[in-house]
Amino acid sequence: MDATEIGLWGVPLAMLGGAIRVSTPFIFVSLGEAITERSGRINLGLEGTLVFGAMTAYAVAVMTGSPWLGLLAAAAAGLCFGLFHGWICKFRGVNDIAIGIALMLFGSGLAFFFGKPFIQPSAPDLPAIPFGGWSDVPQVQAALSVNVLFLIGAALAVFLWWAFRNTRAGLILRVVGDSSDAARAMGLNPNTVRLLATGLGGALAGIGGAYLSLYYPGSWTEGISSGQGLMAVALVIFARWNPLGCFAAALLFGGAGALGPALQSVGVTQGYYLFYAAPYILTLVIMIATSSPSRSLAGAPGELSITK
Amino acid sequence: MSDRGKKALGVETIGMSMRFGAFTALDDVSIKVPAGSFHALLGENGAGKSTLVKCIMGFYHPTAGDILIDGREVGIASPKDASALGLGMVYQHFALVPSLTGAENLVISREKVPGIIDWRNERAALAQFMERMPFKLPLDVKVAELAAGEKQKLEIIKQLYLGRSFLVLDEPTSVLTPGEAQEVLGLVRSMTKAGDLTVLMISHKFHEVTAFADDITVLRKGRLTGTGKVSELSHKQMAAMMIGDQPIAALDSRAPVPVGARQILTVKALKAPDRTGLRTIDIGELDVKSGEIVGVAGISGNGQKEFLEVLAGQRTRDAGDVLVKGSPYGASRAEARTLNVRFIPEEPLRNACAPRMTVAENMAFRTFDLNEAGKPISWIRMSAIRDYATRLVEQFKVKTASLASPIASLSGGNVQRAVLARELTGEVDLLIVSNPCFGLDFSAVAEIRARIMKARNAGAAVLLMSEDLDELLELSDRIFVMSDGALVYETPIAQASVQTIGEHMAGHH
Repeated sequence: MDATEIGLWGVPLAMLGGAIRVSTPFIFVSLGEAITERSGRINLGLEGTLVFGAMTAYAVAVMTGSPWLGLLAAAAAGLCFGLFHGWICKFRGVNDIAIGIALMLFGSGLAFFFGKPFIQPSAPDLPAIPFGGWSDVPQVQAALSVNVLFLIGAALAVFLWWAFRNTRAGLILRVVGDSSDAARAMGLNPNTVRLLATGLGGALAGIGGAYLSLYYPGSWTEGISSGQGLMAVALVIFARWNPLGCFAAALLFGGAGALGPALQSVGVTQGYYLFYAAPYILTLVIMIATSSPSRSLAGAPGELSITK
Repeated sequence: MSDRGKKALGVETIGMSMRFGAFTALDDVSIKVPAGSFHALLGENGAGKSTLVKCIMGFYHPTAGDILIDGREVGIASPKDASALGLGMVYQHFALVPSLTGAENLVISREKVPGIIDWRNERAALAQFMERMPFKLPLDVKVAELAAGEKQKLEIIKQLYLGRSFLVLDEPTSVLTPGEAQEVLGLVRSMTKAGDLTVLMISHKFHEVTAFADDITVLRKGRLTGTGKVSELSHKQMAAMMIGDQPIAALDSRAPVPVGARQILTVKALKAPDRTGLRTIDIGELDVKSGEIVGVAGISGNGQKEFLEVLAGQRTRDAGDVLVKGSPYGASRAEARTLNVRFIPEEPLRNACAPRMTVAENMAFRTFDLNEAGKPISWIRMSAIRDYATRLVEQFKVKTASLASPIASLSGGNVQRAVLARELTGEVDLLIVSNPCFGLDFSAVAEIRARIMKARNAGAAVLLMSEDLDELLELSDRIFVMSDGALVYETPIAQASVQTIGEHMAGHH
């Protein structure tokens, strides 16, 4: 068989590869948001954190030549954003959603401001592991070239799923997210727990940003995120705050996002633009299908402001 | 931990005072709860019961006074200190985490929890601990799925698991069926008798106090007004200590329901989803005649709230009919107006008021767009609204600083009076009421019940839902029991027995 002529098989293959490639930032942002929301707070600012993380990672990688230092810097920047959000929200009368929107705009704006000089230069990429070496087909090799961050994200999802039930930290997080009163009666300070959870969530979103600029698409532009941070927040609700669900949902979104380019690559010339909208349509469909006017979400943390 | 705390503790306060600014919440209160006794703390809302308890538990730092444990003076600066000394509290509103299982709740509330929890070991240890407990509980079920009685038991078990041997119970039976209340208090009583536990119970219910407590202390307006052995006191004496000499509204005597009274409310084959959307509530048939009060009993969470929301138009129904005086009723403003339907929901500040709007505006919600003749008007006259409110405030004795204060600034009893004034003024053919006296004090309760009875005697059909069985027995002509979303039992008041109603509430039939 001619290696380059795999015909329509290219579509599912490209979608698989796309799912793995595109889903990684979703995985990190949604896992971060899952931690934050499980603590009873919602951080919409992760979109801004994602963009700022992408810029920071790229800039640091350009300057130091090391993508790993870039990744660390992005995580640190995300941590700062998260801690800032968590710190502001501890004050009375502050609405976490409003602060989230403000931080979303602030993060993006700051990233554009500092990122201007880094649009031109190129930074070293994060490494990928070629799992497709057994095949001669370039499309298979392309699809199975998996970035280490994807693997870390997958492991993290499993770890968080386990940790929510089997560690002290996990149980404390769930206690705080479900009932501030119970937490206080236990001598826990909900604000401290939420501060840490929001910080951690921000750090993970920063890592998601680093993946964007240092691997796929692999360069720093102002439109790099196109709302992925926001979609990840929606995805957490769809996944019912379950880390494994977040991982699966991220793959689904990634696959949907790869549909347009995949169709284009096999020569579909008409209407493929419509398929570029697949992730957004999927978001809408999922939100409509899983909501109901007469019942509240099962499994939602009790302290979350959107479900109260 | 589970091994220590075999022995009950005796607790004493001496000259306890607590001031918040100029307000004295607690004034020189000394109480003595000997080890192994069951002590009841009585008093009206705002009498200082919870302030006293919070001082003992370290939530408040008293302005003056000392705490003695087993005769020795101790300093309690925080709830942590209190628990280290073996003092524990079971709150009125459960302090359990709903989405965690019983086992998770127990383990995480422990002082020292390992970083990684070895569930196999913990389960074994818990099973061993539960064997020594007087009651059995499923620990692997999410707390949200437990019945109220089970939650209350789990709260008590949690305190024992944490090694507490002095327990404060804050109105522990307010959400339990009579049967569950008997069971839980009986078990606690047996533990105090065995000398394992000392209990200080905050309560409103005299019959519980008489049945289970050894001694009582009564507070009124922050002062100690009485103390003594339960065996030497009558309910009347206790009530006198609690409320002093303020007048209590008397209940009108019940006019007999006229034969052939007109049927006002008819509910037929009503189906609606409940809050989770997983179950449906299903009301087969319910009718309320003019001049009678039909009570609906049930433990909260059995669909009463949803039923009420359907009647109030807050929840859509899947099937069935609601008829008022024979015409279909969809709870629109126009229908409520023409059919004279009035509504007093529970938590009136949330469900029947706009909290930040003024008292006058809130009282005018039913009538602000009508003129004296009941015809719609196009310009709203504030002066008319004020006059109307002035009249009602006087008539219903609503205590408010001014008509222009936001209604949220009123006390619970006065919010309820204001809502009652609005709903009971004018012609009332159907009155739907839910938990009207929840959280109100003695005199407000008596007055509100008297108003409802008066409305009934004036010919209104009243549907009364309440979690307080005593209230239902006092007011109703017929009682239905709602369990698991359906009406499972009906009895005329003459044949009503607490025992049977309680069994149906618990779903044991």
